[in-house]
Amino acid sequence: MTIGLIVRTAGRLIVPFIFIFGFYIVAHGHLTPGGGFQGGAVIATGVALILVCYYYRECMEKFIPVTSFKLVESAGLMLFICTALAGLVVASGFLFNWLNATGGLFGDAVVYGINPGNLYTAGIIPVLNFAIGIEVFGALSAVLMFMFAGLKETTSEEDDAETSLHHMNTGKKGGRK
Amino acid sequence: MKDTGAIFQPKFAVVLIVLVTIIFLLPAFGLTFGAPAATMTDQYYIDNSQTETGANNVVAAVVFDFRGFDTLGEATVLFIAVLGVAMIFRRLHK
Amino acid sequence: MIANLPFIAVALLVGIALATILLKKNMIKMVMGLAMLEGAVNLFLVTLGYRENGIAPIFTNAPEGADMVLPTVQALTLTNIVIGVATTALMLVLVMVIYKKYGTVNSDKMRRLKE
Repeated sequence: MTIGLIVRTAGRLIVPFIFIFGFYIVAHGHLTPGGGFQGGAVIATGVALILVCYYYRECMEKFIPVTSFKLVESAGLMLFICTALAGLVVASGFLFNWLNATGGLFGDAVVYGINPGNLYTAGIIPVLNFAIGIEVFGALSAVLMFMFAGLKETTSEEDDAETSLHHMNTGKKGGRK
Repeated sequence: MKDTGAIFQPKFAVVLIVLVTIIFLLPAFGLTFGAPAATMTDQYYIDNSQTETGANNVVAAVVFDFRGFDTLGEATVLFIAVLGVAMIFRRLHK
Repeated sequence: MIANLPFIAVALLVGIALATILLKKNMIKMVMGLAMLEGAVNLFLVTLGYRENGIAPIFTNAPEGADMVLPTVQALTLTNIVIGVATTALMLVLVMVIYKKYGTVNSDKMRRLKE
């Protein structure tokens, strides 16, 4: 059965807000509860909404193929490893916080004690949050697309043919008998 | 033909379940709920996370800075799980 | 005794999850039992780190003069949840492949290796 027009339109309208909310949770991971894993799962919920509203074949042909999700996931893990290795080159050890309190990209110093938060603090922790968020989003979306590919779905032509055959045999909507 | 085997009968399973539940009831009688026993490292993390890492969220500082190796291992486990799913659903083009 | 209620809840959840894994014949119900077992272990980990009248371990706009709960066990629970998701996804994919080959998800009816 095709899902109705209201559900499809509402799903397409809500998906950008879901992406923005998930990105907010990832970006403020060092100030409020949240972080990479939680925000990545919320972003994957938007992709799940699109998969529920449309047929899998329409998704694959219209929106995004599944290989791009695999590329996104590998890019996230590579960003994590390269940031950690840069600590080995620039400063003393692997996964050392080499951006903390240096005045660079995320390098302001933090007021000690209870404070309203400053977004540009905490060194490499926001960078690692972005990397893990991208990786979890790519991984969960790829698993969902593979599981939907293994199902046997009816296409919309088969659905319409079956419904009109049923109406013709039972006499609803102007059929015989 | 019903072939269930003589060893795996339901009463052994029930005995095992009761035994494991009684073992998991031991913390309820030994520990107190609001007072953890060993708090030295956690007190160090709470006191020094703002000066050493610069993060307001102590849990994020513990996950990504004080114990970053565990997060690296976990990202690898997630990657390998997706690799296994993709390998099962591949199409062998002959 | 009534103050230790979370520990008793953990023991009950572990018992129900083990009963589901060992006594049910449908394979999807066995996977559900394993997921419930992982949830019980996560609850046990979080309960170990609670301090009386404590607040969340975050310094942004925190209330004055209160103790914080222990943050290390929360980090362990985060890792455990993600590993649980990965394991459950792999097991469900294997159940899908078994259904395609055997035509059933009842574990009493699969006895031989199929081509």
